Amino acid sequence: VAARYKVDLVVLALRLWGDHGQEALENAHVCLINATATGTEILKNLVLPGIGAFTIVDGHTVSGEDVGNNFFLSNNSIGKNRAQAASELLQELNSDVSGNFVEESPNKLLDNNPEFFNRFTIVIGVHLPESTCLRLASVLWSASVPFLVCKCYGLIGYMRLAVEEHTVIESHPDNALEDLRLLQPFSELNNHIESYNLDSMDRKVRSHAMGHHRCQPPKNYKEKEAFRQFIREGILKNDHGVPEDEENFEEAIKNVNTALNPTKIPSAVEDLFNSEACNNITSQTPSFWVMLRAVKEFAFREGNGSLPVRGTIPDMIADSQKFINLQNVYREKAMQDALAVSKHVECLLQSIGKPPESISDKDIKLFCKNSSFLRVVCCRSLAEEYSVDSVNKDEITSSMDNPDSEMVFYLMLRAVDRFYQLHSRYPGVYNYQVEDDISKLKLCVNSLLQEYSLNVNIKDDYIHEFCRYGAAEPHTVAAFLGGSAAQEAIKIISHQFVPFNNTFIYNAMSQTSATLQL
Amino acid sequence: NWYGIEPQHIMAVDGGHGVGGCDWDGRWNHVTKFLERPGPFTHPDFEPSAESLQFLLETCKILVIGAGGLGCELLKNLALSGFRIIHVVDMDTIDLSNLNRQFLFRPKDVGRPKAEVAANFINSRIPGCKVASRKCFSKMHQRKFHIIVCGLDSIIARRWMNGMLISLLSYEDGVLDPSSIIPLIDGGTEGFKGNARVILPGMTACIDCTLELYPPQINFPMCTIASMPRLPEHCIEYARILQWPKEKPFGDTSLDGDNPEHIEWVFERARKRAAEFNITGVTYRLTQGVVKRIIPAVASTNAVIAAACATEVFKIATSAYIPLNNYLVFNDVDGLYTYTFEAERKENCSACSQVPQDLQFPSSAKLQEVLQFLTESASLQMKSPAITTTLEGKNKTLYLQSVKSIEERTRPNLCKTLKELGLSDGQELAVADVTTPQTVLFKLNFTT
Repeated sequence: VAARYKVDLVVLALRLWGDHGQEALENAHVCLINATATGTEILKNLVLPGIGAFTIVDGHTVSGEDVGNNFFLSNNSIGKNRAQAASELLQELNSDVSGNFVEESPNKLLDNNPEFFNRFTIVIGVHLPESTCLRLASVLWSASVPFLVCKCYGLIGYMRLAVEEHTVIESHPDNALEDLRLLQPFSELNNHIESYNLDSMDRKVRSHAMGHHRCQPPKNYKEKEAFRQFIREGILKNDHGVPEDEENFEEAIKNVNTALNPTKIPSAVEDLFNSEACNNITSQTPSFWVMLRAVKEFAFREGNGSLPVRGTIPDMIADSQKFINLQNVYREKAMQDALAVSKHVECLLQSIGKPPESISDKDIKLFCKNSSFLRVVCCRSLAEEYSVDSVNKDEITSSMDNPDSEMVFYLMLRAVDRFYQLHSRYPGVYNYQVEDDISKLKLCVNSLLQEYSLNVNIKDDYIHEFCRYGAAEPHTVAAFLGGSAAQEAIKIISHQFVPFNNTFIYNAMSQTSATLQL
Repeated sequence: NWYGIEPQHIMAVDGGHGVGGCDWDGRWNHVTKFLERPGPFTHPDFEPSAESLQFLLETCKILVIGAGGLGCELLKNLALSGFRIIHVVDMDTIDLSNLNRQFLFRPKDVGRPKAEVAANFINSRIPGCKVASRKCFSKMHQRKFHIIVCGLDSIIARRWMNGMLISLLSYEDGVLDPSSIIPLIDGGTEGFKGNARVILPGMTACIDCTLELYPPQINFPMCTIASMPRLPEHCIEYARILQWPKEKPFGDTSLDGDNPEHIEWVFERARKRAAEFNITGVTYRLTQGVVKRIIPAVASTNAVIAAACATEVFKIATSAYIPLNNYLVFNDVDGLYTYTFEAERKENCSACSQVPQDLQFPSSAKLQEVLQFLTESASLQMKSPAITTTLEGKNKTLYLQSVKSIEERTRPNLCKTLKELGLSDGQELAVADVTTPQTVLFKLNFTT
């Protein structure tokens, strides 16, 4: 039963991120700091799809309040260490995952064993006080370990991703245009089209297909409409007036818009081609950039200004054999192009003294297939965000042109952190504190704005609201963040789909959100 | 407000806020701050009070429809927000494929009813919570609830629920009685996308008002695939999900939708299975389409959407904040994206407008064309409508598909024109369908 369960799990996951994605997940070791509700909800959504291992780092003892909003703490664990208590119930979710815990605060760990965190695929820090957070961020940045900071404060959710360079080969864009090369058909495609036995439609359609590299291809709506009409006439002009393969052409008519795209290198990829990393390949260069450089070389030589052919074609109404044959033409061209790219890879590897096996054919094929969709995400460090010299003033002040934008919550969270640093507690935790803390929190807000020379206005209502929150962590907000953060972590681990850059704010009062680059 | 006395101290003295004293110090601290403190963004009707928590714990009744990916999350979220009287309904049993996200189920639970297992798990993990489970429910049952939350995976079921709540509305002299409104919170997910919406039947946009927003359905329940296939798609899924991992026809490689050999293999197997069940329609093209288009469920998307829904349940139950008005869209394929907007009511919505629907056809049109319109129209999307009318004072069935003998008897009507069938301009047709619990009234409007 367990084996079958694993197969089913894997079968479903494969559709999302393929077996290499699943493998990346199973090899991942995630570190969670602080098993609050937010923390355990994040971990739950990583344990369920099957990460290899997790380690919870938490020096706190379980309180009655903790158990109240946390699915992975029970009331008989009150008084026990929170890391241990939570890891038991999280482990129970999936026996394939290896769960560990460390009954220690992250500060202590950094004091005694600063390299402790280097082993992790990603570190997720939840509800960290500012000083701890910045200290950890600095260590992880130097060690190139991705750091995801999460916080749920009242009805506000906050996430911050800190990773210096994150490459994505498989970004799986929602609306990818097809790569059919109809406007610049390669020779094998031309030959294939010529081989169609099209009877009376033969001459006209064939010549038009070939004509694409002689005359101007249909570019605007009018021209495409004319092309559609041409295809329709082709159907009617058959012998005996019986439409042949009518469905085939109906499909072609429908797809004219998407099929007839000029083949040019997307600007995002052009930018990558022009980047420092691509043009300066050394023995330290990660394989992503080596492959990118190889594709660049290919594009300017064998590719005649185009990226390697993708090799897949959209569904078309056709009889099975015709469809398979057409599909094979593209697949074979794609394989040819990938082979040419791998020769460039080999040369590059040789030039930096690395063996050709350093980058596998499988990886090169995958890279070529996704060459139009490559993405690189570079987040600023927390040090840069927090430094007076490099704070992103523009982003903050322009957002605050609307004083109710999500940016105000970011500023309030920073102010609350200050409050904690000053008073060793959060504002408004007890009822009797709420009113007095408003003015204290306001002082923190003002000192924050002053320190960073931020000429913005924060309405008193927000200061009041943040005192009212009393550092509460309502479960539903923790759960929303739990789902959001887990998926971003999976993106980082699997290198598939594109992570956010770099701050995400969720407002459960209005059910709105924003992504800020700070 | 008890200034100077902490909520925990009160609880220690009287044994706890909760029912039966199963609560402990500080248990509801994360919730009470929103119930007992005034604030600048609360709902205009909100009044801070210590009784609100009691209402949640002892009185408020929530109905959760579905105990799958969304349902499990919803139950957890509601229970940890203070709701205790929860009923959950789901007619499915647990399948192995559910286990990677429906976290209330374990391998030993496979084959057991989802609702029952989910309820038991929540009740044992969260002391004091009393989730009751059912496999199905009746209209009478619905009246008892304050709020209904849906975590369904089918549009048809949603529309049914929607129609039921609308049928409970009472109008006096054409004015809607607000006490007859049961708010419906609806959540849906597909891969990395999801949506959450708040529906106040009779007041805000209902499911049918925005039917065009829903893409065609492609999910099939595992039990259908495993033992009761009806469509060629079910046979294809059988080959893909069950036979491929078992037989590994190409070694350990995963099924590649772009590899013709792989698709050929699935196609052959699907054809064999279809032959066993006398199902036609399995083609190579369909096989490839099914293999490439299926979007599996993702734990994290379910978590996000169920969380948003539960937040709305809390807001409505406590008036703590103004509820979502009224539609939230979420997508985390590229970064994270949310969009919130107010879906508008459709003036002539077939479910909630109470206005007879207009059917425009020439009198020479065949009944078949009307049937086609009912199923193909984006705003109606009926599945197998049964059409009846009153002729010469008697109820006459024009066409009905679901009962074999009646189908055979009424089939010839499809080829007859509306005029031949004796229908006149302005004639009312009553249409019943699985998408609506109440028959929908149409008014024939002859164009020629």
